[in-house]
Amino acid sequence: MSDLRSLPHPTVRPAPVAPLDDDATTALLDRARRTVLDSGRGLDVPDLVAVLRVPDDRVPALLDLAHAVRMAHCGPEVEVEGIISLKTGGCPEDCHFCSQSGQFTSPVRAVWLDVRQLVAAAKETAATGATEFCIVAAVRGPDDRLMAQVREGVAAIRAEVDINVACSLGMLTQAQVDELAGMGVHRYNHNLEAARSYFDKVVTTHSWEERWETCTMVRDAGMELCCGGLVGMGESLEQRAELAAELAALDPHEVPLNFLNPRPGTPFGDLPLMGPQDALRTIAAFRLAMPRTILRYAGGRELTLGDLGTREGLLGGINAVIVGNYLTTLGREPDADLDLLAELRMPIRELAKTL
Amino acid sequence: MSADLVPDLVPDPEPYCGHCGGGVADQEHGRCLRHLALEPPRFCTTCRRRMKVQVMPRGWSATCARHGVVAG
Repeated sequence: MSDLRSLPHPTVRPAPVAPLDDDATTALLDRARRTVLDSGRGLDVPDLVAVLRVPDDRVPALLDLAHAVRMAHCGPEVEVEGIISLKTGGCPEDCHFCSQSGQFTSPVRAVWLDVRQLVAAAKETAATGATEFCIVAAVRGPDDRLMAQVREGVAAIRAEVDINVACSLGMLTQAQVDELAGMGVHRYNHNLEAARSYFDKVVTTHSWEERWETCTMVRDAGMELCCGGLVGMGESLEQRAELAAELAALDPHEVPLNFLNPRPGTPFGDLPLMGPQDALRTIAAFRLAMPRTILRYAGGRELTLGDLGTREGLLGGINAVIVGNYLTTLGREPDADLDLLAELRMPIRELAKTL
Repeated sequence: MSADLVPDLVPDPEPYCGHCGGGVADQEHGRCLRHLALEPPRFCTTCRRRMKVQVMPRGWSATCARHGVVAG
């Protein structure tokens, strides 16, 4: 395997794309209103590319439409989730956005959480009013040691904390899918990360198709599938739209949308942050591709959107948030997000244990 | 208290940056300080060892093998 640290930056930054003109924007918004809001069907790739080219002065109208779609097809509730890293760092994979890969010179060191700390994290999360708690491990896929730790941890959380437990443990075998479902893990996260046509610029140690396969196994086993990706990794607008359409075809229960937070030492460490208008267009595009999914703010929103943008996204198609800290970085104070939801009169979805 | 006693009460600044591990006196670390508002320190500010960092939903801890635990 090549030494990625010695390679030049692997991405070609796409050339800027001209915004749609005013008439084309009006026609696009009319078409999207009929197709998505009225008929409940997601937009196709050409229209999603057009959404990503809506000029800045029409972004408020685009967000209004995406918000109307969310309210009509999902309702006003917001799903709140907390996440925890069970096993941090030392991952053998080379996802170029990730500070937890053992292949880069990232300062993140390998750490394991014990079951007592895991339960404490679940309690901290439940105290915010969150109904979802996702246990994440930086691995290619779980080995026996990790599965044992997860088994013990999930049992302890289910005994002590009133919260739904989700997992994100990399690629799974069918036996592992069945075992996780049997433990009572109600949702499994495994992102596509990037469009199929851009994936080899982002990851070289496994394929997009391997990710897709784990996702379909999870869904077929009866667990809820959580599958999203990152934007702002140097992909073109066409590839950003392609990712949204591929996710729509997979039809996950939840789509976490991450904005690249360039991490020191990773191949994407020097990429510029996505601008807030591009981020808002992306949120609207994902909602107009998937009118009924749970579309979650995941990592990077604090940097890319800030406080004002967080509010605009919640009024532009987002209907779920990760509260508190992320896996290796810090989020907003949970109270700031919860106060914002209260101000926007968006009730937090209540706990309904499915298993 | 006389003014000339005040410097004795101020601890020496830590020699290393918690974000990048570089010497505090060697370069400007304004960007690092902005990062440290959004992520825990990764380097011990006393000896620049990489620390073991655990992020929790509402806090974090960072452990240096020689200088112990800092938390936020």
